[in-house]
Formats: sequence, C-alpha cells, structure tokens
Amino acid sequence: MLNALSDKLEGVLGRLKGRGVLTEQHISDAMKEVRFALLEADVHFSVVKSFVADVREKCLGQDVLGSMTPGQQVAGIVQRELARLMGGTQSPLNLSPDDLTVVLMVGLQGSGKTTTTAKLANRLKTQGRRVLMVACDLQRPAAVEQLKTLGRSIDVPVLDPQPAGGDPVAAAKEGLAHANAQRYDVVLFDTAGRLHVDGDLMDQLVQVRDAVQPRETLLVADAMTGQEAVNIATSFHAALGLSGIVLSKLEGDARGGAVLSMRQVTGCPVKFVGVGEKIGALETFHPERMAGRILGMGDMLGLLEKAETAVSREEAEKLARKLKKNDFTLEDFRDQMRQIRKMGSLSDILGMLPGAGKLAQVADAVPDKEINRVEAIINSMTVVERNNHQIINSSRRKRIARGSGTSVQEVNRLLKNFVKGRKMMKTLSGARGKGYKLKQMLPF
Amino acid sequence: MAGLFKRLFGGLSKSRTALGGRLADAASGHDRIDEALLEEVEEILITSDVGAAATTRFLKTVDNEVRYNRLTDPARMWEILRDDMLRSLARCGDRKLTVSASPTVVMVVGVNGVGKTTTIGKLAARYKAEGHKVMLAAGDTFRAAAGEQLTLWGQRLGVEVVRQQEGADASAVAYDACQAAMARGVDLLLVDTAGRLHTNVNLMAELEKVRRVIGKVIPGAPHEVVLVLDANTGQNALSQAKTFVDSAGVTGFVLTKMDSTARGGVLVNLVETYQRPVYFIGLGEQAEDLTPFDPEGYVAALFGEAE
Ligand SMILES: Nc1nc2c(ncn2[C@@H]2O[C@H](COP(=O)(O)OP(=O)(O)O)[C@@H](O)[C@H]2O)c(=O)[nH]1
Ligand SMILES: [Mg+2]
Repeated sequence: MLNALSDKLEGVLGRLKGRGVLTEQHISDAMKEVRFALLEADVHFSVVKSFVADVREKCLGQDVLGSMTPGQQVAGIVQRELARLMGGTQSPLNLSPDDLTVVLMVGLQGSGKTTTTAKLANRLKTQGRRVLMVACDLQRPAAVEQLKTLGRSIDVPVLDPQPAGGDPVAAAKEGLAHANAQRYDVVLFDTAGRLHVDGDLMDQLVQVRDAVQPRETLLVADAMTGQEAVNIATSFHAALGLSGIVLSKLEGDARGGAVLSMRQVTGCPVKFVGVGEKIGALETFHPERMAGRILGMGDMLGLLEKAETAVSREEAEKLARKLKKNDFTLEDFRDQMRQIRKMGSLSDILGMLPGAGKLAQVADAVPDKEINRVEAIINSMTVVERNNHQIINSSRRKRIARGSGTSVQEVNRLLKNFVKGRKMMKTLSGARGKGYKLKQMLPF
Repeated sequence: MAGLFKRLFGGLSKSRTALGGRLADAASGHDRIDEALLEEVEEILITSDVGAAATTRFLKTVDNEVRYNRLTDPARMWEILRDDMLRSLARCGDRKLTVSASPTVVMVVGVNGVGKTTTIGKLAARYKAEGHKVMLAAGDTFRAAAGEQLTLWGQRLGVEVVRQQEGADASAVAYDACQAAMARGVDLLLVDTAGRLHTNVNLMAELEKVRRVIGKVIPGAPHEVVLVLDANTGQNALSQAKTFVDSAGVTGFVLTKMDSTARGGVLVNLVETYQRPVYFIGLGEQAEDLTPFDPEGYVAALFGEAE
C-alpha cells in the first residue's frame, strides 16, 4: 500500500538527512522532488501546490537551517504537514447513543458502496448493535441481490422495499419507517452509483437524503481515483453535506493521493479504509499513522495493536527472549507464521514496519499457497529437527520432501530462507532506536 | 459515421469544455509563450491525469521549440502539443475488435468495479446487432450476485449466458462455455471475470488458469483479452496495465466512464507504453453507451477543436 509514494519520499528525505548542512538550494531541489512524487501519486495539482509552498516556508525558517540535524527537521515537517493534510486525528463514526442512527452510503459507480455497506454493517453488528441494511440501488442489474447475498453471509437483515416505478426515494422512506418500527440501532442505506456531474441523479440523491435525514453521509471513493477526486468530493459535499469519506481498495498499490485531496478540499474526515474484498477488510483510518507509513517511518501503533490482538503477552515475551539468545527455531517459525496469519497478510504486517516497504513488496510475491507448503514442510519434520535445523542433512531432506508432498529443492529453499530470515530479524530488531520495543512486542 | 462522431464528441463534450475551455482561456491570456503560460499548461495536463512524467515530456517538446526554433505563438504551441499527443496515441495502431474465428473468444479483465460486466453487455448488444451469434460466460463466480447481473444482461439482450453457482471455479465456467459455444455455433463468446486488484498474486494466477483452460478447449483462444479501465482512475491505471499485460496477456483496452468529467489523460501514456489498441470507450450505463475509440477525435475533443 502506498509503496511508490513512500519509496520516493523516503529517498528524497533520506538524502537530506544525510547532510550536515542544508542550503536553500538543497531544500528547493528536495521540494521539487516531493512535488513530483505527490503529483505522480495523484494528489491534486492545487493541493500539491499549497502543500509544497507551506512546507518550503516552514523549512526555510531559521531554526531548521541552523539546527544540528536539518534533514531530520525537514522530514519531521513533511510528516507533520502530511498528517495535517490527512486530517490530524482519527474521526470515529458518529453513532447516536439512544436513537436510531441513519447512515447514507453514496458514491460513483463501481466505487465499492455495496461491499462497504456490508463491511460496515458487520463491524457494527460485532459491536453488539442491531443493524438493518436497505437496498436502494435500483439501477444496476442485480445490485439488490448482491446486498441480500452479503446480508445473508453476515447475518444482517436486508430490506428490499421494491417500490412502484423503482423509485429510490420511496424505497428509502419505507426503509426508515421499518427501521424505526423494528427499533433497530443503525440503518444503512445502499444507493445506486452515480456520476457527480449527473444533475438528475444528484437531485434524486438529495431527495433520498431529505427523506431519511442521515446522521452520517459517507462518500465511498476508490483509492485509485485520479485528479477527478477533487471534483467528485466537492460535488457530493456541495449537494449532500458529507460527514465522512471511506476510501476503498487501498490494499493494492494505489498511491492514495485521493486520500489527501478529498480530505483537503471538503474538510471531511476519512473515517475508514477498505483493504480487501473480505467482509472483515475494513479499517479505521488514522491520519498520523498513515503519514508515517507514507514516509516509511512505519505504523508502529497499528502494528502493536494488531500484535496485541493476535499474540498473548507471554508468548510475545517468550519470543523476545528467544530472539535475544538467537535460539529461534523452525518450530517457533511455524508458530509465528500461524500467528502472523491471524494478524493479516504478511505484506500488510511488513508494510507497517519502519523502512520495510521493500520487504512488503517481496512478501506480496509470496502467495498463500506457498505459505501452506512451507507449513507442510515444517509439519513433516520431527520435533528434534524443528528445534535444531542444523541436523537436517540430505537424507532427512529427502524424507521431509516426500512426507510433505514437496520437493527437495523446496525444502532446501525453506531452510536457506530460514537462516537468512533469522539474520534479518536480528538486524531489523536492532537497527533503529525503536528496535527494542519491536523485539518485546513482536512475534518475530 | 457522422452520428458516431457526434456521439463521441457528445460524450466527451464535458471534458472538451473543461479542458478546451481552459486551454483557450490560457492561450488568450498570453500573447506569447512565457513561463506563466507553460505553468498553466502544466496544470491543465496534470489535472487531466496525463501524469507528471508524461506532462514533463510534453512540456519539454514545447520548451525545445521555444529555445531552438524561436517558437513564440501560443496558438502554434497547441498544435505542437496536439501533434505530440497524436504521435503517442498513434502507437495504439488501428486494429479493431473483430470476430475473426468461430467462435472468437474475448476475455474481459480488470480491477473491481471498473465496468467489466457492463462492457460485456454493451459489446454483446453491439456484435449481436451486427448479426453475430453471441454467448456470455459468467466467469465472475466470486462477487455476490455477479452471475445474476450478467444473466440479467443476457435476458435483456436475448443472449445465452453460461453460468454455474456462486463460488464455482472460474475456469470450470470458462470450460463449459467454450464447449457450449462450439456446440452451438456461436460466433463470439464474451468471458466475464471477477474483478481483482493487480497486486493480488493468487488471483492473477487464477486468471492465467482461466486463459489456459480456454486455450485447451479452443486452440488459439482467447483471441482477445480486453483490459477495462475506469476514466476516473489516475496514474494507477499504468500499474494495472503493467500487471495485466504481463500476466493476463492483454491485447487491448476499453476505457469506461468517459461520461464523467474525468478526462482519462493517463490513456496517452498508457498507449505509448503498451502499444495496444483502445477498442472502445464507455459513455454510460446503457447498452448503446459504447463507441469506438478514435485518437484524432479524442485529442481534438480534449483540445476543444471538435464542433
Ligand atoms: N457512468 C458510467 N457508468 C458505468 C460505465 N460502465 C460501467 N458503469 C457502471 O459502473 C458500475 C460497475 O460496473 P460493473 O460492470 O458491475 O463493473 P465490474 O465490477 O468491473 O464488472 C455499474 O454501476 C455500472 O453501471 C460507463 O461507461 N459510464
Ligand atoms: Mg462484474
């Protein structure tokens, strides 16, 4: 996620950090590169312009140029400004404590509204709320069926009002009445996709909004959106008064420029990001963490949060001890692999580590199937072998390959990677100041 | 033909006024090419999603003309830019999406929500109207109700749809459909696929498998693999194209949602890089909202010359 942008910015700022003294020219050159990187990441032209101007001005202040570590200072400024651009602090969903909360989902065709509606419903349901979804996309063929199927899979009821003439306003009214009568906690309205420039359909959406009076009106936008993001967000905001934005499909290599632009031009917070097709793949958006991630500083908080949910404290401590003594075994490796999978995909996890953007790309290339094979290989080893990989000679390798239905080459590769990985973990956990914390908390 | 152009320019008219209008404004505000004008041009190109790298390249051409050939006239600058863009777009060649073999198999691929299924509906309508016997394969067995969506298109158009239950193996559907297409003397088989992000290695591998299976049943198939791209997408379209071209053997593109004010400027760089034709552009949600891509018309419309 966001790898291309973070690689570029990391490069530019890294070079600055390497200098003892910074001149105005250095900063100018760096800002040119930052500008280019942001534009290639689809941040809107005007947003980039003001961003670069702000950062430049702050960087040319005397306390930066005169400081002992000017490069660090500049990097700090860029990160702070990026976080500010993304909205500063996290904005939670605005739920009514005692009344029905009405949520209206809007956006362009194909932006991911229906899937996001179901993801959000599932999230609210697991928080113990009674949730209803109402199908108001009466435009796209089989959209209602899609919502119903999703509803069945997460066990959340879907109301399909089927109004005469396919009028979404009537459908919405009926949905609201039903939600009130049945005393639901939250009702989510899925609406048809529409272009922000389609006057008639935008008017229709205004009528839907007036009919249901939503507490939250969420614009679902594709993270891969280009410069048009600004017009989309502005138009929807002007017509409806948005309360938040959900960015979908952020798990790809979208550079996420839309995150920055939409938030900046509407002032509406990005509340969630979609990171996969599965129902659980919806995350709360944390601006400051995202800024860190873009700059390759890692999302330590996010990582720790994930680790905490997946790994018990004792387990983590046991591991930290092992790592320190360098007696991390294949058995531990298998345990870790299982735990990591509980936390999310390998590339997700690595993407959160400081400076690990490159590693994440490598992990992207490791398909799940491969991980299953690795596990099968380790399963075919004896306990003694797992605890002491050095004894695994060629006849043992043959046996293991046969037992796991793999090849000797694969067994060799795994062992080689394991040894390499052990080394890498040592350097990774010792590389930076934050390293010791990592060692304590992380299942590596 | 005139109607077709009208349709193209009708659809592009919003981008035309937006971009052409701005270009015209920019030009009329300057009587010679100077730094300020070039900056305005840069803004116009960037906000059309042409991309920072490609924009820099286009501006370099103008800059060279100014430096070495004493170009000063803003009007002449547009011509240079337009010619330059046309040269890039000319790399797409003029190959059309034709029904050459019987059956001709066309696989339609792309990321989630770009308009694959809708484009299949539109293509089916178009080729059926040309007198071809068309069949659809519901290869998106993943997204909820995707099969249902394609089936509704089939019913609407009176075209047969081969489908299995949700969660079925996509290559099994493709296999069935190829057999059925051969058995029933179909001319054109359009194979829908589930949307997938190009970064998902497993799903990209699955696509390769579908392709292989099709080739096993019908040697030489699929004859075309069409990558559908959304005009609202920015520079990520290049990344999508790269992976899909590499691992799905894309033979051409369709750019959808050009009824938006998004200008789809990334297309210029895309075509230049991948040198594959853009078969059609999508201009709406209805069956008839599909029109052949025409580079001249596209650039002319982009630069506000078409009326
Ligand atoms: N405005 C507009 N909408 C389109 C166009 N093509 C597809 N759509 C809409 O985009 C949404 C997603 O399309 P779909 O075909 O389901 O995408 P898929 O996931 O790639 O198969 C649907 O609401 C379509 O009606 C187009 O050219 N213009
Ligand atoms: Mg589809």
